[in-house]
Amino acid sequence: MTEPDLVQLLTPAGGRVARPDYDARVAHLDAAALRGLYADMVLVRRFDTEATALQRQGELGLFPQALGQEAAQVGSGRALRAQDHVFPSYREHGVAWTRGVDLVDVLRQFRGIDHGGWDAAAHHFHLYTLVIGSHPLHAVGYGMGVQRDGDVGTGDPDRDTAVVAYFGDGSTSQGDTNEAFVFAAVNQAPVVLFCQNNQWAISEPTSKQTRVPLVDRGLGFGVPSVRVDGNDVLACYAVTAEALERARSGGGPTFIEAFTYRMGAHTTSDDPTKYRTSEEEQSWREKDPIDRLRAYLESIGELPQSFLDSLDAEAEAFGERLRTEVRAMQPPPTSSMFEHVYAGPHAIVDAERAWFEQYEQGFEDVAGGAR
Amino acid sequence: MTTTSGQAAPAGATARQAVGTTAPDAPTTAVEEPVRTERITLARAITLGMRTALANDPSVLLMGEDIGRLGGVFRVTDGLQAEFGEKRVVDTPLAESGIIGTAIGLAMRGYRPVCEIQFDGFIFPAFDQITTMLAKMHYRSRGRIELPVVIRVPFGGGIGAVEHHSESPEVLFAHTAGLRVVSPATPADAYTMIQEAIASPDPVLFFEPKGRYWDKAEVALTPYGIPGAGLDSARIARPGTDVTVVAHGPTVATALRAAEAAAAEGTSIEVVDLRTLSPLDTATVVESVRRTGRCVVVHEAPVLYGTGAEVAARVTEECFFQLEAPVLRVGGFHSPYPVSRLEHDYLPSLDRVLDAVDRVLAT
Repeated sequence: MTEPDLVQLLTPAGGRVARPDYDARVAHLDAAALRGLYADMVLVRRFDTEATALQRQGELGLFPQALGQEAAQVGSGRALRAQDHVFPSYREHGVAWTRGVDLVDVLRQFRGIDHGGWDAAAHHFHLYTLVIGSHPLHAVGYGMGVQRDGDVGTGDPDRDTAVVAYFGDGSTSQGDTNEAFVFAAVNQAPVVLFCQNNQWAISEPTSKQTRVPLVDRGLGFGVPSVRVDGNDVLACYAVTAEALERARSGGGPTFIEAFTYRMGAHTTSDDPTKYRTSEEEQSWREKDPIDRLRAYLESIGELPQSFLDSLDAEAEAFGERLRTEVRAMQPPPTSSMFEHVYAGPHAIVDAERAWFEQYEQGFEDVAGGAR
Repeated sequence: MTTTSGQAAPAGATARQAVGTTAPDAPTTAVEEPVRTERITLARAITLGMRTALANDPSVLLMGEDIGRLGGVFRVTDGLQAEFGEKRVVDTPLAESGIIGTAIGLAMRGYRPVCEIQFDGFIFPAFDQITTMLAKMHYRSRGRIELPVVIRVPFGGGIGAVEHHSESPEVLFAHTAGLRVVSPATPADAYTMIQEAIASPDPVLFFEPKGRYWDKAEVALTPYGIPGAGLDSARIARPGTDVTVVAHGPTVATALRAAEAAAAEGTSIEVVDLRTLSPLDTATVVESVRRTGRCVVVHEAPVLYGTGAEVAARVTEECFFQLEAPVLRVGGFHSPYPVSRLEHDYLPSLDRVLDAVDRVLAT
């Protein structure tokens, strides 16, 4: 079996590769914009480090790191426009960052005080979905709504809208993900199906999910597909920009397989030493997405020390704010578990809430509030 | 409860574009139309209820397998694609999970999808989307995201169908917080309840008693909809004094026939049509049983962990000192739905209802 084409604009060593089919997509990114992408990735990695430490300190119940996937997430996220809508899985902290979500809020779920944590409509960034593969269908349905609203193919860059679903290699085995391809294709929905193939679904390698390169799956559905070096932020930006333009202009869906690596554990509860080798991890560390952009910027003399110093300071301040704000997060009042079960009144919920409040009240009535 | 009643869409109206959590900004041009009464089937009542909703609210759309040109395997969407077009009456790929999953996305974009699951036994591929995604979105978004999705499910047996075409899975959904679960028993209720389901800000499982699709009755119709009793109340289908028989959907007619037969022998049965399983209108049932002192619950679904168990528990809690006999359940057995040649021995028949009535009266 021949390996599919891999779109790459930056080599692991930071060399710029010419790709006439994609170069124009990044031609407008000047040194300042590239430094912006670099800063994004550094700050998202800092978030990973801080959140992992907070979990180890008992401040979070669980945390899934995005370590190693910063380029796939930041590159694709920065290609979006404000009106585009994103349906993430649960590891898309880098995309959340590009959508203006305060990453402190992402940790509400992992601290056990919220099932969401941010206003999905305001950020055009839906809540995390923890059931693997359920949300690509939501993205396609949202895209079908965009089509009905006439917000595709008008030529107005502030109106034409694309929808992106982020999922992983494991998700491609789910029926719902495959149904999302079917519905996207037959409706020519304005969606980008963005798979981060990070090689591991917890302990199962991609070979347990597929006999063919994942990118080849898309063609069977009639969805144009591309494999990109997921550790190359420029290439991820370029292929996503192309796919978004196709979607917004009415050209239908695109499948992107971002070939990357989950450098950390699946979550803080996982132990990758039980299923993969340190040699493999080391080989991917040499393809680190942040290192290669750094090398490129240095090679063109566009990474001044003053920028790095100020980025360091920003990361320190960000880490400090994360630690302080997460530790200050309080659980919601008990009565909140009865709120928003339904949008309208529901006699059973109302009755159970009334009973519970009376029950709680009973303890307070006992002398001195003893329980 | 808001409804689309009395609101007409202007010509050429397009669906609103807002990503939102509020009801659509429906035009407010109220047009007074005389209510006309027509004798129609339960199936036709649902068709006309959906037609009214489609005409009055541009965000309403229908989705399902074979619902377009064919009009659905039961013809409940007959003529609607021709009238409202392929973008609003959508023939979907043959994938139930895909139907509900994309309906969730459409609802997030501001639409009100009405999904048809072709048969009760085919809803399970969509079970995850319904119970894990649809039911919980409002809660997990702290009320920011409303998903006004209706899922129509022809359910129940008695039509001589093959395997997987006669099931009653309603309590699987009533057990799930975040879903409303309703079932009309009459053409008049079918007409109003489908419109109320579409207008509801919550997801609604709308269980249609397919064995009663062809029952006819007079229904008051208006092009601009009429407000019904709401989606959260039971009704007294027949007043009585000796025994309360609780039913929903297809078994309401069975209970009414049992009441007729019992009356000939001097027993007065009160029939309560639950109409909704979530929420459950406990108050109406309790008020009835406090008067009669006896209660029988009838449904086609298996009795184990079923609606009857729930009603019996609540009646026992609230009517303990008025009860003259244990609450009895009449329903399906703990076996898969049998072959159609045996279904009339599986389903709660007139005789089995009367047998239970005799037993509560003998105590």
